[in-house]
Amino acid sequence: MTAALLTLAATSGHPTVPDVGVFAVAAAIIIAGAVGVVVARNPVHSALMLVMTLFGVAVMFVLQQANFLAAVQVIVYAGAIVVLFLFVIMFLGVDREEDIRKEPLRGQRPLAIALVVLGTTGLLLLGQVSKWTTGQPSVSGSDTGAPNVNLLGKSLYTTYLFPFEATSALLIIAVVGAVVLARRPPAAASSETVDEMPVDEVVIDHAPGAAAGTVTGGADATTGAAAPTGGAEDAEVDA
Amino acid sequence: MSINPDWYLGLSTVLFAIGAVGVLVRRNVLIMFMCVELMLNAANLAFVTFARTLHDIGGQVLVFFVLVVAAAEVVVGLGIVVAIFRRRASADADDLHLMKG
Repeated sequence: MTAALLTLAATSGHPTVPDVGVFAVAAAIIIAGAVGVVVARNPVHSALMLVMTLFGVAVMFVLQQANFLAAVQVIVYAGAIVVLFLFVIMFLGVDREEDIRKEPLRGQRPLAIALVVLGTTGLLLLGQVSKWTTGQPSVSGSDTGAPNVNLLGKSLYTTYLFPFEATSALLIIAVVGAVVLARRPPAAASSETVDEMPVDEVVIDHAPGAAAGTVTGGADATTGAAAPTGGAEDAEVDA
Repeated sequence: MSINPDWYLGLSTVLFAIGAVGVLVRRNVLIMFMCVELMLNAANLAFVTFARTLHDIGGQVLVFFVLVVAAAEVVVGLGIVVAIFRRRASADADDLHLMKG
């Protein structure tokens, strides 16, 4: 990875010193955050590392005169998406640490890493021996390199008007879908889900918190229409 | 003169690779989602770089759309995770073998 960046550095022109410094610091932040997301055992730590990477990418956007996108990156990603992640992590209570060393699929992890390293090396070599880009620029407008919120907005509302409107439809569909998915089933429906009980017992056998995992039928009868997650607590009480 | 685009594209490649490793290696569904976000960010970085290199604002517009799609993906994905967790009490991808024969 470092060697690839060094070879990239060898082919560069003569950038100004502050640009290089900002780029190096932001790149280090991005890489460190990304590695932290992957290797952190606690999901909360992963989410915080993700914030670090997102800020680094926002710095890269500013460095390339994409100021509006940098602001949107911070507001939407760090402000909304990561908060949503943290909310779900804490809502579900899955912030206990995961044992990374356990490997259920034998050989899957080295194979995955080898494939990804191979692909990355090929891509970097491709960038070195040939051009990254070919073809003609599109007709949507010229990015002159200056801060260009005006140009972006104009392009968004003229050339890309239909995708922009489709985006609004997508967001509405996502909101409705999330509400439908996350809504608790009505009480009348959940009280007659007797056929789901075997599924819950299977679940409790796999739950790490439940030691014994023996939920008797009587316990289920007393809890009645309790939420399925309540079964794990019952098991712990019984154990 | 600003920094050579190759640096940005190399960084984008490395970031994408780290995200891909995370999706393939981790088993927690939430962390897999975060690694997908890493890959989307790598693509965004490449788009912005190409927008500057080719003098084409279309790359930045596309980043805007990627942001929207990422937001929608996370919302629906986390809704699915919550729904699954209510049933299975686990956020581990290996536990989702209900359709296994």
